[in-house]
Amino acid sequence: MDMKLNIKVWRQKNSSASGAFETYQVNANEHMSFLEMLDVLNEDLVSKKMEPIAFEHDCREGICGTCCMVINGRPHGPNAGTTTCQLHMRFFKDGDTIVVEPYRAKAFPVLKDLVVDRAAFDRIIQAGGYISVNAGQAPDGNSIPIGKERAARAFEAAACIGCGACVAACPNGSAMLFTSAKVSHLGLLPQGEVESERRVSAMVAQMDKEGFGMCSNVGACEAECPKEIKLDNIAFLNRSYFKSKFKGREA
Amino acid sequence: MKWLVEFFSSGIGKKLLMSLTGLFLIIFLVVHLAGNLQLLKDDNGQSFNIYAKFMTSNPLIKTVSYGLYFFILLHAVVGILIAWSNKQAKGKGYAVSASSPNTSWASKNMALLGTLILAFLFIHMGDFWYKMKFTDLLPYVTYDAEMGPIKNLYARTAEAFSDPLIVITYLIGMAVLSFHLWHGFQSAFQTLGINHPKYSPLIRAAGKAFAILIPLAYAIIPIWHYFNHA
Repeated sequence: MDMKLNIKVWRQKNSSASGAFETYQVNANEHMSFLEMLDVLNEDLVSKKMEPIAFEHDCREGICGTCCMVINGRPHGPNAGTTTCQLHMRFFKDGDTIVVEPYRAKAFPVLKDLVVDRAAFDRIIQAGGYISVNAGQAPDGNSIPIGKERAARAFEAAACIGCGACVAACPNGSAMLFTSAKVSHLGLLPQGEVESERRVSAMVAQMDKEGFGMCSNVGACEAECPKEIKLDNIAFLNRSYFKSKFKGREA
Repeated sequence: MKWLVEFFSSGIGKKLLMSLTGLFLIIFLVVHLAGNLQLLKDDNGQSFNIYAKFMTSNPLIKTVSYGLYFFILLHAVVGILIAWSNKQAKGKGYAVSASSPNTSWASKNMALLGTLILAFLFIHMGDFWYKMKFTDLLPYVTYDAEMGPIKNLYARTAEAFSDPLIVITYLIGMAVLSFHLWHGFQSAFQTLGINHPKYSPLIRAAGKAFAILIPLAYAIIPIWHYFNHA
């Protein structure tokens, strides 16, 4: 079914410009993904010699984490457990006005239109450093026994794609869910345990330095996370941080 | 010492302070309620007044009370600092604000609720604690020749709670406290790093029961006095 939509979108020339909302009309159909709808709108803007809307996208299959935007007040739109590229236009109605905004957080400055700079996440990961796995031949599978339940928890945390929806949804602009996912996916496994004290301390310090807010356990991050990362990772991060600071021998 | 300074200047360190002081204040709420329920005893205030005299003169209780004042102030000051820097971290808000599912209103308004509770504490302590400890405004009553005349705090309580405005102020104060506890109780455990499939459902249920029952029990005191003495 074809649908006519009004797209009210944030337009901002560059990081120092002030920016404002503009409303455009687009002819879409229910089978398009949200990004395909934006592609159609951009084609139309280009044909009218207007500046297309800048938005990030890459894999378009929900695993790269770049298609970040806030749709009608929700990061990645209204559906649970999906990214913007996995959101289809059939979830909207003909004639709808859809408001599209960039992520809002001090640590994610807007570069242009819907594109924000999420390099702060990269720096948190870098602060985490290496894990001690010997290079060389691939080790035997199951040479280090790991319980199924623990492996599953580590895997669920490792599903984080670093899209930043947690920060965007958080009323405090906190990156605790992201950082906790990174800390627990390594910290829960024996391979990552060797450097775990140093790692958690450095990642938390970097997270604070980037200007992310503090966690007040609201839970909006968990609700909006396209990979459904759980809040118990944040409790794990807190425990690991206490252990690192109070038990660790670095004075 | 560098590590300790680092710890308490980190976001998680500040949140730990909120959690520990919050849990201490939760325990205080129970102790304070247990003492104050004596206001409902039908003895014209005798046991409450003797208890009030004990609470303001026993050296151990006095020491603990200084700790309590310190923790209330610490909880308030760190809470305001956190709220302020979180506001900075969020920056510009959204044009459309759609609440995510599973987030409570209280969790997003803890600073507002906390400020209201602090304002309530000033009113509450100004009316009873200050008058009891620093003024000679209260009448005296003698129950026991050995103990001598003691301040009749019960009389002031009964008088205050015959004023509908004060009663309403207390009821609003308790409603605000209830919302603050609704989020705060379970949040304190999450901050401590306690999140477990076996225990967390219990903690959340206990937190909700606590957030309803404790403020409700407090609220009964002014209501009971209003209908018995007004």
